[in-house]
Amino acid sequence: MSARDASRFIRRDGPSLGEAETHARLERTWATPPGLWGWLSSVDHKQVGRRYIVTAFVFFLLAGLLALAMRMQLAGPNQTLLTPDRYNQIFTMHGTTMMFLFAVPVMEAFAIYLVPLMVGTRAIAFPRLNAFSYWVYLAGGVMLWVAFILNVGPDVGWFSYVPLSGPQFSPGKRADFWAQMVTFTEVAALAVAVEIIVTVLKQRAPGMSLNRIPLFVWGQLVTSFMVVFAMPAVMVSSSMLIMDRLIGTHFFNPAEGGDALLWQHLFWFFGHPEVYIIFLPATGFVSSILPTFARRPIFGYTALVLALVATGFLGFGLWVHHMFATGLPHLGNSFYTAASMAIAIPSGIQIFCWLATLWDGRPRFATPLLFVIGFIVIFVLGGLSGIMLASVPIDSQVHDTYFVVAHFHYVLIGGAVFPLFGAIYYWFPKFTGRMLSERAGAWNFGLFFVGFNIAFFPMHILGLIGMPRRVYSYPAGLGWDDLNLLSTAGAVILAAGVLVFLGNVWHSLKHGLVADDNPWGAATLEWATASPPPSFNFVHIPVVTGSNPLWEEADGLPVVSGLRVDQRELLLTSVVDAAPEVREPSPEPSIWPLLSALAVTILFIGSIFTPWAVVWGSIPLAVGLIGWFWPKSAPDTPEPVIE
Amino acid sequence: MNNGAPRFAADLAHLPTSAHGPRATTWWGTLGFILIEATGFALAAAAYFYLMGQTETWPPGQSPPDWLWGTLQLVLMLASLWPNWWTDRVAHADDLRKVRIGLVVMSAVGLLTLVVRAFEFGALNCRWDDNAYGSMVWVLLGLHAVHLITDVGDTLVLTVLMFTKHVEPRRFTDVTDNCVYWNFVVAAWVPLWALLYVVPRLV
Amino acid sequence: MTARLPIPSPCSAGRGRDPCGAWEGEGSVIPRNLALTLPRLRRGPLPLPPGAGEGVARSASSRQWPWHRAALVLCLFALTACERVQHGIQSALDPVGQQAGRIAGLWWLFLAVLAAVYAVVLVLLLVAAIRPRRRRRLPPGPAFRPEEPIERRLTRGLTAWAVGTAAIVLTLTGFSYAVDRDILALGHRAELTIEVTAKQWWWQVRYDDPVPNRSFETANEIRLPVGVPVRVVLKAQDVIHSFWVPNLHGKTDLIPGRVNETVIVADREGRYRGQCAEFCGFQHANMALDVVAMPRDQFEAWRESQLAPAVAPSDERSREGQRVFLTSACVMCHTVRGTTAASRVGPDLTHVAARPSIAAGTLPYSKGNLAGWIADPQRIKPGSQMPVVGLSADQLQSVLAYLDGLK
Repeated sequence: MSARDASRFIRRDGPSLGEAETHARLERTWATPPGLWGWLSSVDHKQVGRRYIVTAFVFFLLAGLLALAMRMQLAGPNQTLLTPDRYNQIFTMHGTTMMFLFAVPVMEAFAIYLVPLMVGTRAIAFPRLNAFSYWVYLAGGVMLWVAFILNVGPDVGWFSYVPLSGPQFSPGKRADFWAQMVTFTEVAALAVAVEIIVTVLKQRAPGMSLNRIPLFVWGQLVTSFMVVFAMPAVMVSSSMLIMDRLIGTHFFNPAEGGDALLWQHLFWFFGHPEVYIIFLPATGFVSSILPTFARRPIFGYTALVLALVATGFLGFGLWVHHMFATGLPHLGNSFYTAASMAIAIPSGIQIFCWLATLWDGRPRFATPLLFVIGFIVIFVLGGLSGIMLASVPIDSQVHDTYFVVAHFHYVLIGGAVFPLFGAIYYWFPKFTGRMLSERAGAWNFGLFFVGFNIAFFPMHILGLIGMPRRVYSYPAGLGWDDLNLLSTAGAVILAAGVLVFLGNVWHSLKHGLVADDNPWGAATLEWATASPPPSFNFVHIPVVTGSNPLWEEADGLPVVSGLRVDQRELLLTSVVDAAPEVREPSPEPSIWPLLSALAVTILFIGSIFTPWAVVWGSIPLAVGLIGWFWPKSAPDTPEPVIE
Repeated sequence: MNNGAPRFAADLAHLPTSAHGPRATTWWGTLGFILIEATGFALAAAAYFYLMGQTETWPPGQSPPDWLWGTLQLVLMLASLWPNWWTDRVAHADDLRKVRIGLVVMSAVGLLTLVVRAFEFGALNCRWDDNAYGSMVWVLLGLHAVHLITDVGDTLVLTVLMFTKHVEPRRFTDVTDNCVYWNFVVAAWVPLWALLYVVPRLV
Repeated sequence: MTARLPIPSPCSAGRGRDPCGAWEGEGSVIPRNLALTLPRLRRGPLPLPPGAGEGVARSASSRQWPWHRAALVLCLFALTACERVQHGIQSALDPVGQQAGRIAGLWWLFLAVLAAVYAVVLVLLLVAAIRPRRRRRLPPGPAFRPEEPIERRLTRGLTAWAVGTAAIVLTLTGFSYAVDRDILALGHRAELTIEVTAKQWWWQVRYDDPVPNRSFETANEIRLPVGVPVRVVLKAQDVIHSFWVPNLHGKTDLIPGRVNETVIVADREGRYRGQCAEFCGFQHANMALDVVAMPRDQFEAWRESQLAPAVAPSDERSREGQRVFLTSACVMCHTVRGTTAASRVGPDLTHVAARPSIAAGTLPYSKGNLAGWIADPQRIKPGSQMPVVGLSADQLQSVLAYLDGLK
C-alpha cells in the first residue's frame, strides 16, 4: 500500500497526514453546506457572528436615523416636525434599539466570532444554541421594528416605567411589543453568555492557563457572568409587566398591593449592569488594540483582570443611583453613592494601564489606535460626569435632564462605540481578508470625534440650565435654543462620519488591500490562522506558551495532533491550566435551531394577543427542541483504531 | 503563520471522547442555565418579600395556601432525590439496564409531581388577579411548574432514547446532566415551599 | 445683562391686573380667524431679555462664512453660553434657595476637582502619544520585551494612581454626604405646607391651613413668601412625575401610591419655572409650573385673594359667559368656587385670570391665548385631557369675557 493510500484511512491530524490533505479533509468535515438550506442551518460561529454583527449594525443605523429625527425636531424651539406621539415612539425606539438590539448584541457578536479563535478552538460551545440565539434575536428586532412602522411602536421610554407602561395608561399593544422584544433579546443574550462561558472555561488551547487568557476574552467572560445574573431581572420584570397588562395581575398596581418602585428596582438591577455588559467587552477591544499598535505587551495584565472582575461585582451594587429622586431613605442612598463612586477605582486602574502601555510603547497611529485615543478622551469625561451623578445632591438636579443624556452618550458612545469602530478597523482584515482604507479611516475618526463632541458636550450645559430629557419640544427664551442647534449640527457631522465608514466598508470589501494572516503584527491566536479563517479555524490546535503567543513564538506556534478530521471534534481542556482532557464531538449543521426559533417567535408574539398562545405555542416549541436534540439514527462512525 | 512544517508538541489521540461531570461541556452548560434560573427564582422571591414589606397584612385578605398538596410535593421531591442519585450513579457506570430502570422511575416520579402541582394550584386560596399577593404566589408556583414540565419532558425523551437504538456513551452523559438538573428543581422547591406555605403563616 | 424678571407687583383680586406684566403676550383681542393666527399665538417667547446669541444661532446654519469669522462666532457663542449658565429662570446654576445653593456649591467643587483630574489624564495621554518618538534606541518589532526597571516604575505609578483615585472619590463622597445631611437639616423648619398633586399633564396645588376653610386650591403656580421654608407634599394621581424647580432645589418624584416630600425656600423675589422631569406620556414636554417668590405681605395679600370665591361677572357679556360655562362641558371637569361648577378633574379656575400661564406653562396668560386654548386645545397641546368643547364664536367670546374676569 502506497503512502497516499494509507493516508486515506487516517482520520486524525498529525505528522502522517500531509498539511494539504489535512486542510482538505477538515474543510470537508467542517464546511457549511452550500445553498439556502445550508445557509439557514449553519452553525459555524463565524457565520453566525457575522450575521449578528451585520444585523446589529443595521439596527445601529436605524436607531441613528431616529436620533437625527429627534435632533431635527429639537434644533429650534417649538418645532412641529414630529408630533408628540411620533416623537415619544422615536425616542423609545432609539433607546430600546441601541441598548437591546445594537449595543449588547454587537458585543456578543464579536465574542461569538472572536472568542473561539482567540482561545484556539475549532467551534463555539453549543453551536446550535448559538444559531438559535441569532434567529431569536433577529425575530425580536424585526417584530419591534415592524410594530413601529405600523404605528404600534412602544412610546414609554426604554425603561418603560410603570404605571405609565401599565394597562391603564398604555392601552393598546405598544408596551407589549416592548416587553416581548425584551424577552426575545434576553433569551438570545443568555444563550450566548452560556456559550461564551463554556467556550472560555473548557475549550482553550493547551497551555492557555487563566493568566494567559487574552484580555478581550477575560472581558467577555466577566460580561457573560454579568449577563447570567443581570438579564433574569429584566425578564422577570418584563414578564410581570406583560402579565399585569394581559391577564390582570397586580404586581405594579398600588391599588391592589402592588408597587410602582418594584419595577424600578428590578429594571435597574438589570439596567445598571447592562452598562458594564456593554462597556467591559469594549475594554477588551482596547486591551487588544493597544498592545498591537503600541508594539509592547499590555502593561498591568493582572491589574486589568482584577479591575474587570471588580467592575463585574460592583456593577451589581449601584442600581439605586437611578432612583435617588424617588424618595428612598437617605442613608441607603449614601451607600449607593459610595458604591457608584468606588467603581471609579477599577476604571481608573484600567485607564492608567492603557496610558502606561502607550507611554512605554512605540505607537503606530493607525485608525484602530486613533479610535482608542478618542475612546480615552471621551470615556474619561463620561466617567467623571458619572462621579457627579453618583452624588445624591448633584443627581437631584441633573437626573433626567440633558446632563444625563450627555453623560451616558459619553460613556456609551465614547466607552463602547469608539472602541467598537476601532475593533472593526482592527479585525476587518480577519473577518474579510481585506484591509479597510486608512485614509477614509482617519476621516471617519475625525468626523466622528468632532461631531460627537459638538453634538453631546452642549447637552451637559443644557441639563444644568434646566432642560429635561424626553421632551418633544421646548419653549423659546429659556436659553436652550443655540445649544440645541449646535448639538444638531454636531449630530449631522457625526452622521457624516458614519457615512464615511459605510463607504469605506463598501469599497474595501471589493477593492481593499488583501490582508495576510497577521497584517498588524498582533500577538493573539486569531492572527495565527488565515484571513478569513477556514471553517475549522485552525489546521492544528495551537499550544500556548505565554500571554502573547505570536510574539513569543515567532517561528510558528507548536501544535498538538490527534483530533479527528473526518468528524467535527473539539479539544476540551481543564478550567485552570488548560491541560488536554477530552476530545468531544461538535454538532453538525441543523435546521432545527431555526425551526425552534420560529416556534418561540410564534409563542412570544402570540402571547401578546392571547395568554393561550403560551399553552398552544409550547407544542411546536417542544417538537422543535426534540428535533434539535434527537440524535442521528446511525451511530457516529466508530473511533478509529490508532494507526 | 505556519509556513513550514508544523511543530507537533504532543499527540492527543489517546484522550477519551466523552466524559461525565465538569470534564464535559454539557455539564457546564447545564450549570450555566441553572445559575440563570436560580437568579430568576431569587429575584422573584425578592419581589415577594418586597411586596410583603409594602403591605400591612400578609396575605391581604386571603388565607395562606392549604398545607396538604404543597407539603406532599415537598416530601415527594425530597424522596425522589434517592432514585435520582441512584440513576446518576449507574449512568456514570454506563450500566444500560439500570439506567433504564432509573429513568422509568424518574419519569413516573416526574409525572406524579405534575399531578400534585395541579392540585397545588387549586389549593392556593387566591387567584392571580385578586391582588399583588395572589399574582406573586401564582407566578412563583408557575415558574417552578415550568421547570418541572421541562425536566419531566427531558426525562421522558431520554427514557425513549435509552430504549431505542440511540444508546452511545454520550447518552449516559445526558442522563447525568438530567440528574443534576432534577437536583436543582428539588433544591429550588425547598425555599419556595417555605416562601409559599410557611412565610404567610409567620407574619 | 441680567435675566432677572420684573418682580411681580402686588396683586389683589380687586385690581384685576396681571401681576406679571411681562407675561402679557399677545393682545387680548380675540382673533377672527383662529386657524390663521394660532401659530403666532403659540407660546410667545418666554420673557427673557433677547440674548446676544440669537444672531449666532442664525449664522451657525450659514455655510459660507470664512473660518476666522466662524471662530469668532464660536467664542461669542461660548460667552453667551456662560452668560446663560449664570442666569436663568430654570437653571440649577442660578440658585435662589439655600438647597439649590448648597447643591450648586457642591457641583462647582466637583467640577473643579474632576476637571483637574481630566486635565491630568489628557496631559498624560498627550505625553504618552508624543514621547516615544524620541526613543529610537529601542529595538524594532513586536518581539520587544518590557524593561524591568520601567515596569517597576510603572507599577509604582499604578499604585499611586489607584490610591489617588480612591482618595479623591472618598473625599468627594464625604462632601456629597455632608451636603446631603445639610440639605436634610434645612428641611426641618418648614413653616408652610403645600400639597402638589401631579396629573397628566398639569399640577394641582393645594395650600393647606390648620383652619380648614382657609385652605384653597390653584393650579400650575406656586407662590412663596421670600425666605420662608415651605414643605411641599408630593402626590401623583396617575403616573410617575417629578417635581423640579431647579433654581430652588433638586427634583423629587411624585409616585402613585406613595407620598413624598421636599422643602424649598426662595431667598430672592422673582419668578422661576419648574417642569416635570420624569417622562409621563404625551405632553410631558408641556407640564411646567410657575413659582413666584414674593415679599411676605404681598404673599399674604395673594393668599387672601385666592381664598375668596370667584368674582361675580359684572357685565352682560360675562354673565352670558358664566351661563355658557355652567351649562356646557366645562363644568364636567372644572371648579369655579362660588358657582355650581365643582368638578375636580381639571384645574380649579376660580382665579384663572390671575395666573401667569395657562395649560401648565404652555402659553403665557392672555385673553388671546386663552381663546386659542379653548377653541382648539388639541392643537396647542396634542393629547391633552382638555377636549374641544365646541362653542360657537359668540359663546366663546362670552366665556372668555367671563374667565378673563376671574382674577
